[in-house]
Amino acid sequence: MNWLSNITPPGIKNMFRRPDDNADTLWLKCGGCGEMIFHRDLENTQRVCPACSHHMSIPAEDRLHAFFDDGKFEDIELPEAPVDPLKFRDERRYADRIKDARRKTGRQDAMRVAAGAVHGLPIVAACQDFAFMGGSMGCALGEAFLKGVEEAIKRNSALVAFSASGGARMQEGILSLMQMPRTTIGVQMMREAGLPYIVVLTHPTTGGVTASFAMLGDINIAEPGALIGFAGPRVIEQTIREKLPEGFQRSEFLKEKGMVDMVVHRHDLRDSIAKLVRVLTKNGSARSRISLGEGEATPAAKPPANDLDAVDKAAE
Amino acid sequence: MRTYLDFEKSIADLEGKIQELRQSVGEAGVSVDDEIERLQSKVDDLLGDTYSKLTRWQKVQVARHAARPKFSDYVSRLVDDFAPLAGDRAFGEDQAIVGGPARFRGRSVIIMGHEKGADTAGRVAHNFGMASPEGYRKAIRLMDLAERFELPVITLVDTPGAYPGRGAEERGQAEAIASCTEKTLGLGTPVIACVVGEGGSGGAVALAAANAVIMFEHAVYSVISPEGCASILWKDAAGRGENKSPDAAEAMKISAEDLLALGVIDTVVPEPLGGAHRDPTLATERLGDAIESALAEFDGLDAETVKSRRRAKFLNLGRIGLS
Repeated sequence: MNWLSNITPPGIKNMFRRPDDNADTLWLKCGGCGEMIFHRDLENTQRVCPACSHHMSIPAEDRLHAFFDDGKFEDIELPEAPVDPLKFRDERRYADRIKDARRKTGRQDAMRVAAGAVHGLPIVAACQDFAFMGGSMGCALGEAFLKGVEEAIKRNSALVAFSASGGARMQEGILSLMQMPRTTIGVQMMREAGLPYIVVLTHPTTGGVTASFAMLGDINIAEPGALIGFAGPRVIEQTIREKLPEGFQRSEFLKEKGMVDMVVHRHDLRDSIAKLVRVLTKNGSARSRISLGEGEATPAAKPPANDLDAVDKAAE
Repeated sequence: MRTYLDFEKSIADLEGKIQELRQSVGEAGVSVDDEIERLQSKVDDLLGDTYSKLTRWQKVQVARHAARPKFSDYVSRLVDDFAPLAGDRAFGEDQAIVGGPARFRGRSVIIMGHEKGADTAGRVAHNFGMASPEGYRKAIRLMDLAERFELPVITLVDTPGAYPGRGAEERGQAEAIASCTEKTLGLGTPVIACVVGEGGSGGAVALAAANAVIMFEHAVYSVISPEGCASILWKDAAGRGENKSPDAAEAMKISAEDLLALGVIDTVVPEPLGGAHRDPTLATERLGDAIESALAEFDGLDAETVKSRRRAKFLNLGRIGLS
């Protein structure tokens, strides 16, 4: 912005605007330090601000790409779930809202499930996409999570859930609430199978998602600066009629209060998770597979040496 | 003094007249029995008519009625030898959830639930039935007891929601609710949940991930309060100062009848004429019958079966191709 653009009426501005000149998408303002960052730079840094390390919201696609070895993963087909079971209508029809969200994101709903390897270890990832109706949890998300559990057990691998959600999908009423016990059953199945279930809480994770599968990890990891809580800060402030202190309900605060095990930079997630999974599963093979004997470990369970180095480095 | 809801105006007028007549008897000594009887039957007709056609928003009012029986009212009629236990053994005692061992119709059980409190002091002491993490952790403790002594669990759900306060967040409200839900789902003894008033969101579900969910006719159970839903989804109207809570209550389908149709609950217990608050004893009697027959279904079943049936019930909810 310069003095000229400030005094030019919008109609004239539009006349001089090139059609592909979309400042909104080419340059992004960092929510942490206010720096303008070129979009390609952000892609290279997994949407972490190069100036201040602020972790911005990252689409599920990019997240999965960055998480798995060589960016390769298998998209798991998700089961059908009821769409608009209540025929819900507020100021708009839910059926229309969901159609819009699908068109905008190109996805069916707010959770993706993918299978691949991280430092050679087989891992299933269930990844919430905040861009799809605020990552809200409805029937489809519950089914997706349970599918992730099923796949992890079938593949004898760890499950990593990336949470990002405003909470329940109100338009699915009580059925959205029922996803709390349903996803919790999924977590119990992982426990019974003796397979690691790791949660990565990302900004923001609130409401019914936090109060179900996102807080029940064998290990809870949080990305730096993420807002994590049950009630949102606005609701709390209205309840107690005072302002909340800086950093309240942020990852670092939750670690201090003993609610998450570690706060891990997005660039270090692969290393940290691989290290944990390797130790918990005695080098990649799950408890139930130990009886097969060490010689029969799957090839995927033997990571290449350079990957091991990377993991060790992250441990320092 | 009876508290009337805004849709009970004609009932209030009639009952006012009956009251006046009764007083005038004392003054003039004339018999007005016939007139009182006639008015009373009119009141009954009106109550029956009004309460059979309550909108979902009106049910919200009934479920929150100041005189509606509370946990302590039910428990005093439902069980003997109740021994309320205190504390989560970690931080404190939360009176928003009350519970302990008791005898219910010849069986030992653990009974627990949200207590809203009956008067101002009670409401403050019980935090209006809004539990903090300590409450849910006490519930987990009680379920540990149930497991160890092989006792069925009865829960009475009546809460606007878990407490959205600063301390509650600091001490892990979300984790406490999640763990309480997990504990309930993993229990090897039957859990019977009864939504007796307000079933508010995650704070309710933590005590309601049960083998059977029983609900009073005029109770409500929802993912968010109608007010909360309206303020988020009817932002424009709310901005204009319009009350969209009734619309939200309708759209979310929060009545017992709705939830029975969706398969979320198993039994609807009819309330006495004019709501549970008009006859708490009869209401409790009916609730007790429903709990007893729900429990009987699990008699003689081993822990694994009890658990897997509960799991299947929740997994099948809303699944396409399954009913």
